[in-house]
Amino acid sequence: MAELETFRAETRTWLEENAPASLRGSRSTAIDGVWGGKKAVWDNPDEKLWLDRMAEKGWTAPEWPTEYGGGGLSREEAKVLDQEMRSLEVPPALIGFGLEMIGPVLLRYGTEDQKKRHLTKICRGEIRWCQGYSEPGAGSDLASVQMKGVLEGDTYIVNGQKIWTSYADLSDWIFCLVRTEPDKSKHEGISFILIDMDQPGVSVKPILLISGKSPFCETFFEDAKASTADVVHEVGAGWTVAKALLGHERGMIAGIFGTGGGSGRSKGRGALVEAAAAHLGEVDGRLADPVKRDRIVQCEMDTRALSLTVQRSSDGAKAGHHPGPETSLFKVYGTEFNQRRTELVTDILGPNALGWEGPGFVQAEIDATRDWLRARGNTIEGGTSEVQLNIIAKRVLGLPD
Amino acid sequence: MQLVLDEDQELLAKTAADWAGEFSPISRMRELRDARDVTGFSKALWKEMAELGWVGIPFDEAYGGAGMGLAELIVVLEAMGRALAPEPFLSSVLLGGGALQLAGSDAQKQQWLPGVTEGDKLLALATQEPTSRYDIFDVRTRAEKSGDGWVLTGTKSQVIDGHAADAILIPARTSGADADRDGISLFLIPADAPGLSSERQWRLDSRGTGLLELSGVAAGTDGLVGQEGGAAATLETVVDQATVGLCAEMLGGMTHAFELTLEHMKQREQFDTVIGTFQALKHRAAKLFIEIELSRSCVMAAARAVDSGDENAAKLVSLAKARCSDAYILATNEGVQIFGGVGMTDEYDIGLYMKRARAAALTFGDAAFHRDRWARLSNY
Repeated sequence: MAELETFRAETRTWLEENAPASLRGSRSTAIDGVWGGKKAVWDNPDEKLWLDRMAEKGWTAPEWPTEYGGGGLSREEAKVLDQEMRSLEVPPALIGFGLEMIGPVLLRYGTEDQKKRHLTKICRGEIRWCQGYSEPGAGSDLASVQMKGVLEGDTYIVNGQKIWTSYADLSDWIFCLVRTEPDKSKHEGISFILIDMDQPGVSVKPILLISGKSPFCETFFEDAKASTADVVHEVGAGWTVAKALLGHERGMIAGIFGTGGGSGRSKGRGALVEAAAAHLGEVDGRLADPVKRDRIVQCEMDTRALSLTVQRSSDGAKAGHHPGPETSLFKVYGTEFNQRRTELVTDILGPNALGWEGPGFVQAEIDATRDWLRARGNTIEGGTSEVQLNIIAKRVLGLPD
Repeated sequence: MQLVLDEDQELLAKTAADWAGEFSPISRMRELRDARDVTGFSKALWKEMAELGWVGIPFDEAYGGAGMGLAELIVVLEAMGRALAPEPFLSSVLLGGGALQLAGSDAQKQQWLPGVTEGDKLLALATQEPTSRYDIFDVRTRAEKSGDGWVLTGTKSQVIDGHAADAILIPARTSGADADRDGISLFLIPADAPGLSSERQWRLDSRGTGLLELSGVAAGTDGLVGQEGGAAATLETVVDQATVGLCAEMLGGMTHAFELTLEHMKQREQFDTVIGTFQALKHRAAKLFIEIELSRSCVMAAARAVDSGDENAAKLVSLAKARCSDAYILATNEGVQIFGGVGMTDEYDIGLYMKRARAAALTFGDAAFHRDRWARLSNY
């Protein structure tokens, strides 16, 4: 315990000395933070400075081994670091799919060579990663991969198309599911391959969504090349790797939505209540519209119930309970909750929620409307709600096919 | 707050579940109902539960209790809820016993609590009047000063196990208007007090409640529990604790109702296949599973928050009750629908859970009541 407290004191001192003042007090959300990569644009040069300082300490990936650019911290030390960063209101120096998705996969399945080549660049924010899973027409049937990889010497020649590739236009490398053995069964003929996007055979086209903007792209592969040294795990074992990652992705998505809004924990009133007070008024200290008030309570209760369930799952795991199908539960509930919440925001705004751009509307109203539209996709991406419910029915409830 | 059972709680949960499985099948509750048993529960089994240490869980060791909290009591209550066991945990342990432990004098506690923890004496608390709905401060029963004591007049309805209790704690107004928070006093009235008449009420869930008529019931200073006019805080605390206990019972009930339904889905054949293969039913089952999981987290959190005196405890109690009310009703509505025609028959157990779900949902405040309470506690 004493060692941990020493670590805490040292960490606090280091953070106070090294965290640029312009970033303090601006803890960014998971989506707004620094994603790095060759195409990164540094609106605030302090973000780059902060990234370099943190990467030097290995603290962009606190629990990864030091030989791959991580901080080599124990679980407890990493927790202390996180607590101290929160209490000093310092944002994470780097976020993204490298740290959250492909990094953990490589730590688990990667070769020594893969770890050495890729993990260090992830930690330093030099390379930004994206995920190439979905294909046109595949929908929720993810294993119906059509993209082909044909072996020529020690190179795979890759042809095909990925869709819904988040941030492909801003990324440097992509991890893909590729059909390498067309003769094998649907799930067995797939390999998990890392592909450099900086080559003539790879091109990217952004997709416009009903919300008016989106991170999504179509990614095209025409005789693109990938090295056999960049096949993760074994050839034909891509589905195993993909499944491990999918659970993680669902947890991440639910984590983002599960924390949205609500005054369940604190004495202060949540964002929904303040918005309703401003737009609908108050009578004797109560929101004037009892129907909206009830819907706000339901939202606050839903988010509290979900966060308590996330905590129960985590407490159970720490106590050695076998982790269950929580990620599917969190995915369904978190995303459907987010839809209810964003709909409620537009209902609170009333006619002010109808602005798309231009005069007579403020940015927050326009954002709320677009958030609502964007949220409709939450129950589709990352495995539809229906697919998650099928997973729960089969794996948890034991209902027959 | 750790939302996981520790080893002792795991053991307690297993013991209670095994015991209920062996000694408290659903048929027991049916027999009590069909015999129109006036007590409504088994005094012999209650004594046994006391000997197992469950009745004394939240009471001080000085009165024969275990000095533990809701975190322990709820694992027992969940097992009772699964079995629809009608024994008087809510009335004698959480409400009547709870109020006396919290606000009673040493003499009052010494007189009653050892008997309560041993399962020999039963206490009840009258939280409801014919028109009060869920407002525990809407007390129209009046206590008029008379010499050194008081004379109580009024009606209390649906007093849980009030017809079977040895003494009932009666909130009565010593000052103020009908729904004022201040001016409520708590009196400990023996069941055989002159002027008190008590009738067993017959409810849809077959649980016993008492309709109590107080026609000039005399209470001395030794019958006053706590401060004159200051019972509101005691009532609030005790009803919150009982609400958590009820939520645990509901959690057990909804879990078992869901298990019965799943079992049926895996066996019942229609159109040459088991109905559990139908995606329309699978998705409903999966959604119900999610609701039950969320309810469990809320009940565990509420119990721990109340035990530790957390500043958000009242909000978490309302969260748990709102969710358990909705989830238990959903579980039994879906259950009867998925069972189909047989689900409508008295022979199948799912209907018994549907009735208990409704009764429990409308006790200590329904879901809408607790959502409104959450809003008030959150200053909106």
